[in-house]
Amino acid sequence: MFFPISGAHISPTYLVIIGFIIGILGGFFGVGGSFIAGPALRAVGLDWNFAIGTDLAHIVGKSVVAVRQHRAFGNVDLKLGLIMAIGTIAGAEVGAQLIQMFKRAGNVNLVVSIVSIVVYLSISSFMIWESRKTLAQAQLLGGTVKGEKAKHDPSAFKHVTSGIQRLKIPPMITLPVSGVTISLWIILLVAFNGGLFSGFLGGGAGYIRMPSMVYVLGIPTHLAVGTDLFEIIISASYGTFTHAIKGNVDILIALVMHTGAAIGAQIGAISTQYFAGPKIRLAFVPLPLIGAAIIIYTLVTGHKL
Amino acid sequence: MKKETANTLRAFLIELVIYAVLVVGYFFLVLHFLGEGLQRIAQNHRYTYAGLAVLLMIGQAVLLQNVTTFLLRLIRRTQ
Repeated sequence: MFFPISGAHISPTYLVIIGFIIGILGGFFGVGGSFIAGPALRAVGLDWNFAIGTDLAHIVGKSVVAVRQHRAFGNVDLKLGLIMAIGTIAGAEVGAQLIQMFKRAGNVNLVVSIVSIVVYLSISSFMIWESRKTLAQAQLLGGTVKGEKAKHDPSAFKHVTSGIQRLKIPPMITLPVSGVTISLWIILLVAFNGGLFSGFLGGGAGYIRMPSMVYVLGIPTHLAVGTDLFEIIISASYGTFTHAIKGNVDILIALVMHTGAAIGAQIGAISTQYFAGPKIRLAFVPLPLIGAAIIIYTLVTGHKL
Repeated sequence: MKKETANTLRAFLIELVIYAVLVVGYFFLVLHFLGEGLQRIAQNHRYTYAGLAVLLMIGQAVLLQNVTTFLLRLIRRTQ
């Protein structure tokens, strides 16, 4: 199929399958999936600028579907998502400026690659330790996990999270949906950090934000997944708009990819009901590792995926 | 396999087949006609294109989710 905006010839079946896979991952883990979509679009000959911009557009659509499904299960904290969007956009701008700075210094690829590998490996190592320890300690009940049951989310890291919640730096924000009261500044700091990595490393940075929401803010995993997706709609829409102005979005490719993602995102979102929080966190571990593996491959071989 | 799980899986597979037929029709009808117009807007009116891109994506997301939800309800009712 010919896509006139980017001038690319890509099989629609390939796009639908990629969209479907990323949709499942996004609906289940609350991530954008750009670490798969970017290389997958690049692999069929799309230029990097189009791969990044088009992926962001597709993330908007996929997240809308997943959020509507999560919202039906009561897994979206709109108040938290809106506050976080402010910090994320600010962080993304600072991240983009940092990229420009390293670009001028002439070492952007090496710096971004090393930072990415360190961050991805740290997240995976920490989450595997925490979720396994929690699963060993906790008696997790069977059945579906939604509504009030989703708010009961044991964690071996809870003592640190509780300490952060006790920091009374005004203004304090009460989040009734998540069952948490926390300083506005801590929420903004977590969002800013996610945005910074999004601007610096590309993609939606859900692999940083979702764990941060669980471990730093103390948001139950199911709500963190749904709320992260809601926040991704806002930040990815902003990213799509700015990339489209720069001529980096082929919306027709994004629309075709999204037909697969629409089904995948629903399957992913519905599947979260059947898993307790620590199990979702343990299953999340391979995602940053895949991202790290892609970057190590690029560094070692010199080929971009 | 439990009867309920088998029914859900069967409903999902039927939904996938109907959805695939609808999506193929969608590719050839809607995207074919949209292609040229969108390309012209992308080249000449960048801001309009940027706004349209976000709106089209959200619009398709809402439409497809409603279609899949409707299909699933319809299939479950007929089973």
